[in-house]
Amino acid sequence: MTKIHVTTTVNGDETEFLCDPRETLLDVLRDRLNLTGAKEGCGTGDCGACSVTMEGRLVCSCLVLGAEAEGKDIATVEGIADGDTLHPLQRKFIEHAALQCGICTPGILVAAKSLLEKNPDPSETEVRYWLAGNLCRCTGYDKIIRAVMDAATEMREAS
Amino acid sequence: MALDDRKSDFTFIGTRPDRPDGLDKVTGRAKFGADAVAPGMLFGAIVRSPHAHARIVKIDTSKAEAMKGVKAVVTRADFATGLTGEFWNVQENVMAGDTALYDGHAVAAVAANSALDARDAAKLIEIEYEVLPHVTDVDKAMEADAPVIRDGTADGSVPEGMHPNVVRYHESGHGDVAAGFAAADLVIEDSFKTEATHQGYIEPHACLASLGADGKGELWCTTQGHWYAQKHCAALLGIETSQLRVTASEIGGGFGGKTTVFIEPVALALSRKANRPVKMVMSRSEVLRATGPTSSTSMDVKIGMTKDGTITAAEGVFRLQGGAFPGAPMEFTAMCAFAPYALENVRQVGYDVIANRPKQAAYRAPGSPMAAFAVESVIDLLCQQLDLDPVEVRLKNASKKGTKASYGPRFDDIGLVECLEAARDHPHYSAQLEQGQGRGISCGFWFNHGGETSVSLALSEDGTVQVSVGTPDIGGSRASMALMASETLGIPYENIRVTIADTATLGYNDVSHGSRVTYASGLATIKAAQAAIAEMCKRAAAKWGIPEDAVKWEDGCAVPSGPNAGDFEPLAMADITADMGATGGPISGHFEATPEGAGVSFGVHIVDAQVDPETGKTSIPRYTVIQDAGKAIHPAYVEGQFQGGAAQGIGWALNEEYVYGEDGRLQNAVFLDYRIPVASDLPMIDTVIVEVPNPGHPYGVRGVGETGIVPPLAAIANAVSRAAGVRMFELPMSPPRILAALKADG
Repeated sequence: MTKIHVTTTVNGDETEFLCDPRETLLDVLRDRLNLTGAKEGCGTGDCGACSVTMEGRLVCSCLVLGAEAEGKDIATVEGIADGDTLHPLQRKFIEHAALQCGICTPGILVAAKSLLEKNPDPSETEVRYWLAGNLCRCTGYDKIIRAVMDAATEMREAS
Repeated sequence: MALDDRKSDFTFIGTRPDRPDGLDKVTGRAKFGADAVAPGMLFGAIVRSPHAHARIVKIDTSKAEAMKGVKAVVTRADFATGLTGEFWNVQENVMAGDTALYDGHAVAAVAANSALDARDAAKLIEIEYEVLPHVTDVDKAMEADAPVIRDGTADGSVPEGMHPNVVRYHESGHGDVAAGFAAADLVIEDSFKTEATHQGYIEPHACLASLGADGKGELWCTTQGHWYAQKHCAALLGIETSQLRVTASEIGGGFGGKTTVFIEPVALALSRKANRPVKMVMSRSEVLRATGPTSSTSMDVKIGMTKDGTITAAEGVFRLQGGAFPGAPMEFTAMCAFAPYALENVRQVGYDVIANRPKQAAYRAPGSPMAAFAVESVIDLLCQQLDLDPVEVRLKNASKKGTKASYGPRFDDIGLVECLEAARDHPHYSAQLEQGQGRGISCGFWFNHGGETSVSLALSEDGTVQVSVGTPDIGGSRASMALMASETLGIPYENIRVTIADTATLGYNDVSHGSRVTYASGLATIKAAQAAIAEMCKRAAAKWGIPEDAVKWEDGCAVPSGPNAGDFEPLAMADITADMGATGGPISGHFEATPEGAGVSFGVHIVDAQVDPETGKTSIPRYTVIQDAGKAIHPAYVEGQFQGGAAQGIGWALNEEYVYGEDGRLQNAVFLDYRIPVASDLPMIDTVIVEVPNPGHPYGVRGVGETGIVPPLAAIANAVSRAAGVRMFELPMSPPRILAALKADG
């Protein structure tokens, strides 16, 4: 099948790739751009492990076609840290032991960052409902919720 | 050196340092199963049976082979022949022989230049089936007219006259149950059913395989046990075990479901045929249709009690369906069922039943949660009818040190009484319930496991340490190994790097299962560190010209002791390692053995449930886990195990189930329909770590991973039944089941 040429921006870098029209944005990120931080847990938009933002909006990259990235601004887990300085969410996840196996962590970090950009002072319930699209099978979510709330507090105090 | 005395005052153990793999996992750079690539790599796809039971008449691969970009097609003919026992069962499951035994059973596979091409080519493989009658329900599979699935599978344990689908039988217990029931003031007997659930790890099975015609291979895969994968793949491919080097990737959850192989032998077969590396990744639907699940069960439990709450006798019959293969963990179900209680009269029976479903795999304390559901529900009914406090009744009957366990041995130091006392004294247990709420409790038991273990620990010149362990890290075990090594050596946690070694660089290791890793690999790490310490003391003794036994190890230093105390300045570890090349060569310590003092585990859960009588929906406003950890090495990850077990149990109790249609096909093979708990379904999960040291571990560790999923099914059932005012005998307690029970109750 003829491939499509796509020009896009990923984590601030201008990027070009060729993709099959059937490839998802997740396929492109992982297999063509070597950004394997986003994970495929289901391929049907139910688990959130592939979460990225497109034009600042949280999406499941398994439900976006690679070709749809044309001219768009994509952000993935690989772009969250600033050089060797971790984002407060990343630090708090380590500090609170908010991950066990870590497969859902990239998606949850992307989703939580997106929440705190919209709502810097979420309630526990708001965090729980915002993250309801990100499955974690290890933790029971307790430490994840605490890490997100703690990062939010730190970020509010710093701003 | 008094190295064998059990330590109780700790410097590093019990602290909560950052995990060593934390940075990799929050930045996306950790490499999981599907994250590996190789030059010239192909992609594999599997063709699966759409039928629950069908004879494979013909497989025509010609169209697929003719497709551009296709490099290899394999069927059962490409695997070794003449296997027996579990090797044969695993091979039958990995790639069907003459018969497809369940919906989703692998029948053929293809490798092509791209994943999309492989998927397209799989559709071109034409398979002719002769559909056979099927059965998926455990009780129906035992009925006289049930279709026979694999005649001749039953072993000698099965009593005569049973249906051929009953393939193994277990019976154990002691005392005289008839006399015990006669002595009771109240005897309750009820029947229970639980549906199969899936481990639900978020990372699907994935591997990258490379195998040549010379019989040498490399395999990268997400697994709980890469030596298991090595042994089974080698057998299924007909190659020598040592010629296949297996590396475990970071693992995105396992919970027992990654203790076996599925796509790995297939990828190796494709690779051998194409002479190229082959990557395979399962879709979620393949994971649900063809891997995992637990057994489904049908159980009868009978318990007698006196008015003061003493259990006089207990009896249980446990029927477990484990798919089309023997191995449903019915003996664990039977043996765990009454383990929390000191019983004079107890009898338990188990049946392993085959049906047209995927081969069951271990799931966290395999078999035990279902038993607890049945047993602890009956105890709750007895408490309700005799108007007794559920915690006090359990305390009255609790197993303790010296109790003859329901499954045979006498218990050593155990922490059940301490857990129950912590439950009784916890503010949750006495908190006021709101309208429409009910409170349930349950005990839970798991054996825990030791298993074959090898660890190697090597010192670097700068006094830092590298530890190679062979048990994949499924929940932070590199942190706990580093803590135990730092405690033993007396050097900072940060000076230790723990690596999961591949099969070519370390001796054999049993799978990361049975809650064995912190116990067995931990014990092995401590022993390896002690061996290195002994060598360092020897080097110091030689330097000082005093006997080896006149040197002791203290706070990371060799120190002269006894008559020589104070004669020499202590030698720090880095001083000894700096010139080890000149004092006798490299220093390392290692351990190879099968530790057998795992120490059994008990826990108690308290849960509040709120049932909406209009919709039948249950919510969980409050949940508390209390469990004996022996000694918590890294308390945050112990809490995490408790919380994770509870959350999985909540899913099992309330919502998760395998739904099979009349056609024997799985109806809910995506996460939208097989719905595991999400963040908005759950409350914070409170934890209490009880510490009754395990005499079988130098620091008192007991495994903590599995017991946490044992009490939730029963605790929630008891809470829901009390909240709804109607007893629930079947899991999951989904809204339709609760509405039906409310309606039947009038």
